[in-house]
Amino acid sequence: MAMTGVLRPGHAQMRVLDLEESVKFYSDVVGLVETGRDKQGRVYFKAWDERDHNSLIIRQADKPGLDFFAFKVDSKATLEKLDADLIAFGVKTERIPAGELLETGERVRFPIPTGHVIELYAEKTDVGNGQPYVNPEAWIPAAEHGIAPTRFDHGLLYGPDIDGAREIFEKVLGFYVVERIVLEDGKTDLAIWLSCSIKAHDIAMVRHPEPGKLHHVSFLLESWEKVLRAADLMSINRVKIDIGPTRHGVTRGTTIYAFDPSGNRFETFCGGTSGYPDQQPIKWTMEDVGRGIFYHDRALNDTFLSVVT
Amino acid sequence: MSYYTVTIEDTGESYRASEKQTVLDGMAMLGKKGIPVGCCGGGCGVCKIEILSGSYTKRVMSREHVSVEDEANNRVLACRVWPTSDLRLRVLGKMNKNLCRDNAAVSEGSCL
Repeated sequence: MAMTGVLRPGHAQMRVLDLEESVKFYSDVVGLVETGRDKQGRVYFKAWDERDHNSLIIRQADKPGLDFFAFKVDSKATLEKLDADLIAFGVKTERIPAGELLETGERVRFPIPTGHVIELYAEKTDVGNGQPYVNPEAWIPAAEHGIAPTRFDHGLLYGPDIDGAREIFEKVLGFYVVERIVLEDGKTDLAIWLSCSIKAHDIAMVRHPEPGKLHHVSFLLESWEKVLRAADLMSINRVKIDIGPTRHGVTRGTTIYAFDPSGNRFETFCGGTSGYPDQQPIKWTMEDVGRGIFYHDRALNDTFLSVVT
Repeated sequence: MSYYTVTIEDTGESYRASEKQTVLDGMAMLGKKGIPVGCCGGGCGVCKIEILSGSYTKRVMSREHVSVEDEANNRVLACRVWPTSDLRLRVLGKMNKNLCRDNAAVSEGSCL
């Protein structure tokens, strides 16, 4: 098997200011499927076509933002190996017992130098995508409820030491850099896009003075037409759109950035190039950073670098 | 529907505000360039203002940007407050910088 080790972004836990308002938003506007609630009051969702029990968890708090971002690994043996590798690399890890998150196995949790908390886990209950594993249909009614992304795709994190974080992802977890934006000095990265698969990116980071900030979590759509449909649904529901529909130069993905009711940015993303670990990273310079981020506007909007939770 | 007058002390401008419209949307609809409309959900903190006089209703906003003391002293996020009387306000932080500069590049639109 070619794809081993870390497989994909598996779940993210986010804070919201008003739980029930946010449950309604993620259920009916984003079109995720609610899959459970736990004793702590957290609410669990998955995209309709995902098979594992949950990919987005929200909890009520007095400030929005990201609690943690997790990747699924291919086996318990890999989880043990990566935990040992992280410790050997000087990363402080802790174990979160199985069941602390609903239908989720033991997690290895660790901080990265951007101030974020990352988790790895090997097990999450397969609840299916609403279709049988024998002779399924192409889609189900949930595929048309709200924006209805097919999966949780990636995240963009803002924090200070993206170089230190990159080292952990590259040297320990087997990620590779797909694209980067280099500052005027010609060597310092403003932003990096990393993949653990053939996706255009599984996680991205932007250098930013405040630690632990969330720029966005992203959900995958199947076509540009569905991105336009998502924009219609955002207007119908008076969702604040940050920018789009448009295309990124970086990744070449089509996109809308918008905000949830607590001001957490999310993306509806489609397409994007494929990457392979033998390919050299694409570099963007500050002269062309506008085209890199927003390919049609060819300029950053005021909020891209300043509005985070 | 009730309407009130909202006065922005920093610039002396005022506008007719609907009780159904957040203070931020009212300010953005003034057409003044550079009003930083951020997340519109009380999360990012760019639209922080201080209400100097008048009454308003509010919704929950991030403690990271509005402390208990701030809230008690009418320092709030414009995207989460609605006027219930005439208001006088001044802008704080990032919004102040944008509102008071002459050639702000772009308006960021409104929350709606």
